[in-house]
Amino acid sequence: MGLLSKKDAKLITDPLADDNPITIQVLGICSALAITAELKASIVMAVSVLFVLGIGNVVISLMRNIIPSKIRIIVQLVVVAALVIIVDQVLKAFAYELSKTLSVFVGLIITNCIIMGRFEAFALANGPWKSFLDGIGNSLGYGVILIIVGFFRELLGSGTLLGFKVLGDPIEKTGLYAIGYENNGFMLLSPMALIVVGIIIWVQRTRNKALVEDH
Amino acid sequence: MSNKTDSNTYTILFAIGMVVVVGALLAFTAASLKPNIAENQRVEKQQNILYAMGVNNNEGGSANFISTANTPDAFQENIKEQLVLTVDANGAIIKTQTREEYFNEAKQEPYLIDIKKQKTNAKNGEPRLLPLFVGEKEGKTYYIAPIYGKGLWDAIWGYVALNDDMVVQGAYFDHKGETPGLGANIKERFFMDDFIGEHLLDDSGVFKGITVAKGNADPKNDNKTDNEVDAIAGATITGDGVTAMIKSDLKLYKPYFDNLKNN
Repeated sequence: MGLLSKKDAKLITDPLADDNPITIQVLGICSALAITAELKASIVMAVSVLFVLGIGNVVISLMRNIIPSKIRIIVQLVVVAALVIIVDQVLKAFAYELSKTLSVFVGLIITNCIIMGRFEAFALANGPWKSFLDGIGNSLGYGVILIIVGFFRELLGSGTLLGFKVLGDPIEKTGLYAIGYENNGFMLLSPMALIVVGIIIWVQRTRNKALVEDH
Repeated sequence: MSNKTDSNTYTILFAIGMVVVVGALLAFTAASLKPNIAENQRVEKQQNILYAMGVNNNEGGSANFISTANTPDAFQENIKEQLVLTVDANGAIIKTQTREEYFNEAKQEPYLIDIKKQKTNAKNGEPRLLPLFVGEKEGKTYYIAPIYGKGLWDAIWGYVALNDDMVVQGAYFDHKGETPGLGANIKERFFMDDFIGEHLLDDSGVFKGITVAKGNADPKNDNKTDNEVDAIAGATITGDGVTAMIKSDLKLYKPYFDNLKNN
């Protein structure tokens, strides 16, 4: 017997690929476009969503039998908003530079469709442990895409990864820049994030034909 | 079967209970993290002031502060004096205090003066305090003044370093919530560096300020005495905000620079 039953493990692994919130459910696109110009910001956004969705799902699941159905959406919003404010304050206290980079986007977690979607579709109908796994799975699925997009955008747009110059120095003309490579400024603009997400979706559906919808 | 959670009384009581619990939780978090956040903001102000006078870690095209750990020492080393000018409603300087004099009176460092509050004072016809930081680097003297205004969505602010002719030696702008990629670009180097060398006074010595100009006939900003820098496309209101705060706030320092010249 492993740590997780087969069914529980699927809650984590499914959203990573075949039921990915970004590439399959097409949720949470806004933040994937907005903050992925740097790998560091992508990672922090992924971790923040992991925290908010993991805990939020458990809280909603624990409260699922006492939440009045008439105001359940408001209750969900209050839970997300409170958790987001806590994340924001903690970032301001312990990672100030980062909190400024993320600025409005931490607040944008509130509007991240994935979170309300998981509360409504999963946590309101399942127990806390399952909801926790579902929250972790979905935010990891979200985070994986964010990190892939952030990786390519920062690498091709700035020639750096996490701030380290991996392709050489563009001003001193060392490394790849010595043979005429130039940073692609387009990669730093939001539309290129959409194109990178599109390419990920394309690759994923080419590899797994079952994901392609027939019309 | 009717569920008890569907009744109106239950719904209202639940809502009230939820607000109380969440409110208490957030208040506790905010109160316990407040000292850390205040300390971060204090260091950031020092970093901003140092940035404006050219003490920074700029590399390539991006604006970088010196590291948080080095900031207090660098501030001590580079900022020789922190003056606090008190001006009346007409803009005349009533009093000039040194850092020690101000500290003994207000129990607060001059760089922590809340510019927004001082602007409100001025609006009500009361005297306002103007901090001015005198920095020295490589034999050159910098006068760094804070400015504060409003952009499209929220507050914008900054620090401008001047020499004794009121020519800009460096500038740092920041914002609370301008649009990323548009107005938020006021804190990018390509915009801030354009201000270096711009004159605040016209040829006859009258205060003119600097206009963030659309359709500037001088897009490369070669002419530094035209009192104009090139605007950011798509950020008209933020740019106008920068123009306005430079004009309204730096103008107040002109009497100080006049005195400096006359003595």
